[in-house]
Amino acid sequence: MNSKPIIELDNIKRKFIVGEETVLALRGVSFSINEGEFVTIMGTSGSGKSTLLNLLGCLDTPTSGEYFLDGVKVREMGKAERAVLRNRKIGFVFQSYNLLPKTTAIENVELPLMYNASVSAAVRKEKAIQSLIKVGLGDRLMHKSNQMSGGQMQRVAIARALVNDPVIILADEATGNLDSRTSYEILILFQQLHAAGRTIIFVTHNPEIAQYSSRNIVLRDGHIVDDKVNNNILSAKEALDALPIEKD
Amino acid sequence: MLGIIIGVASVITMLAIGQGSKKSIQSQIAEMGSNIIMIHPGNMEKGGVRQEASSMQTLKLEDYKSLCDQCKYLAASSPVVNSSGQLIYGANNYPSTIYGVSPEYLNIRQLTVQSGDTFTDQDIHSSSKVCIIGKTIVDNLFPGGEDPVGKVIRFNKIPFKIIGVLKSKGYNSMGMDQDDVILSPYTTVQKRILAITYLQEIYCSALTENMTDKATDEIGKILRHNHKLKDTDQDDFDIRSQKELSTMLSSTTDLMTVLLACIAGISLVVGGIGIMNIMYVSVTERTREIGLRMSVGARGIDILSQFLIEAILISITGGIIGVILGVGASFGVKLIAKWPIYIQPWSVFLSFGVCTITGIFFGWYPAKKAADLDPIEAIRYE
Repeated sequence: MNSKPIIELDNIKRKFIVGEETVLALRGVSFSINEGEFVTIMGTSGSGKSTLLNLLGCLDTPTSGEYFLDGVKVREMGKAERAVLRNRKIGFVFQSYNLLPKTTAIENVELPLMYNASVSAAVRKEKAIQSLIKVGLGDRLMHKSNQMSGGQMQRVAIARALVNDPVIILADEATGNLDSRTSYEILILFQQLHAAGRTIIFVTHNPEIAQYSSRNIVLRDGHIVDDKVNNNILSAKEALDALPIEKD
Repeated sequence: MLGIIIGVASVITMLAIGQGSKKSIQSQIAEMGSNIIMIHPGNMEKGGVRQEASSMQTLKLEDYKSLCDQCKYLAASSPVVNSSGQLIYGANNYPSTIYGVSPEYLNIRQLTVQSGDTFTDQDIHSSSKVCIIGKTIVDNLFPGGEDPVGKVIRFNKIPFKIIGVLKSKGYNSMGMDQDDVILSPYTTVQKRILAITYLQEIYCSALTENMTDKATDEIGKILRHNHKLKDTDQDDFDIRSQKELSTMLSSTTDLMTVLLACIAGISLVVGGIGIMNIMYVSVTERTREIGLRMSVGARGIDILSQFLIEAILISITGGIIGVILGVGASFGVKLIAKWPIYIQPWSVFLSFGVCTITGIFFGWYPAKKAADLDPIEAIRYE
């Protein structure tokens, strides 16, 4: 497998000043993620995983330390530059889907490309349709977001994350709002994407999910306490097939 | 959008009702003749003896004509000559005064013809023996209720054909019967009754009440020039205007203007606050959407321009619909409640402008606040 590093973190620290107090959310985090990895980042609440996700997603900048995304130094970039970087290189999947209300699946998926002036309307629509077919929603192109189930909405959100062909997909508790059956379906989708060579970072507090990823990083109190490669990746599909029997 | 529509429409309707009332009060006072200017020949001293004004012959037809041609502030003017006498029709007679005037006299005195016609310039040229009579005379000469139009009555011994009957105006504030009137071309009265060439009076009406003073000054200058008076000479004429009425009119108008400003102010503030809240809430509700758009790569400026354009579109469309609705509602009120309605262009522009600008600002401001947030905070906004 290609071992080109997509993400390099070098002694990242992030301080927040809350009133008089200074909170150290990240106290020196260093790791790198190579192309094609499926990494889960775990930690209890307050461990700094949300801060790390914001930094990885270029939504925030570190107080000190260097962060390279696909070879680009993020720390010194301005707000608008980071927005463009997000648009080109990152796909987000959120816990609460965050689809635009009363908007069709295609329009939702087109959204990231709207902010890329070099993509024409026709290309945009074509890419959106391709992306929706990839996540298995080829028959629901014109459904409005409020006419879909949670799993379908999350699929639309994943299609939206894929549409700009990002170097990395960041998922924040992407299965947190779904029942276990739908969760497995979404995990199957992530595993398929991983198999197709996508780099995925999945932030979660659910230890089960780590079993389906290729690498697991555990954060506690702003430090990495565990970082190991999972050599025994479970198949989400098998888990899903096993599920009905358990329920019966 | 609905907020802007209602805001604009209600302001326009309120102002239309207010302005309608103002206008109708104004016109009712004006109907009493507040803009009338009367020119009499002046009383002059002749050998140390002050002469009676009516005996003077200083007002000429040329004066009337130059007033018509030169005075910018006059809406209408008419020469007036009069003669008293007995009106006779069949077995009935009635003492009255015949006024020789031009057709504009009807406008000046706010008289309207109820049936028949007024006399024309042609009648004045040919000194036709035609007349228009008031209701008091109709009642006295035609007690049987027959139609007076087309009948011939005699004034002293001269026959006059009745061509029109005036609408009744009743008594004026001084207790004078305004219906006891018989009008005829001034040339007819001059030549056929009085045998004079001068004029006894000239009646004018200023364009508006507040132009009365300017008109008076101008008339003075024109007449002094016509009469070749030196700077040291006294006026040989006398100009009177309805000071009391016009003062009352202007104070009423001022009061109405203040009232209207209050109505406009309050309705604009109320409308504005409504729009403010609606826009503010609807954009704040979309904070999550803004966060999402930013996390997929929208820059702050993309968000702001999107919301600004949306706010402008909504405000302007809402404003236009509001104007249409407001104008429609005003006419609805006019039709159903029979209230006087008057829509001034500035009230439309004012309400449209204020509401649109409020709408745009309060559509843009929460969007700016949301765009300044960290995307992740905006996304988690509840």
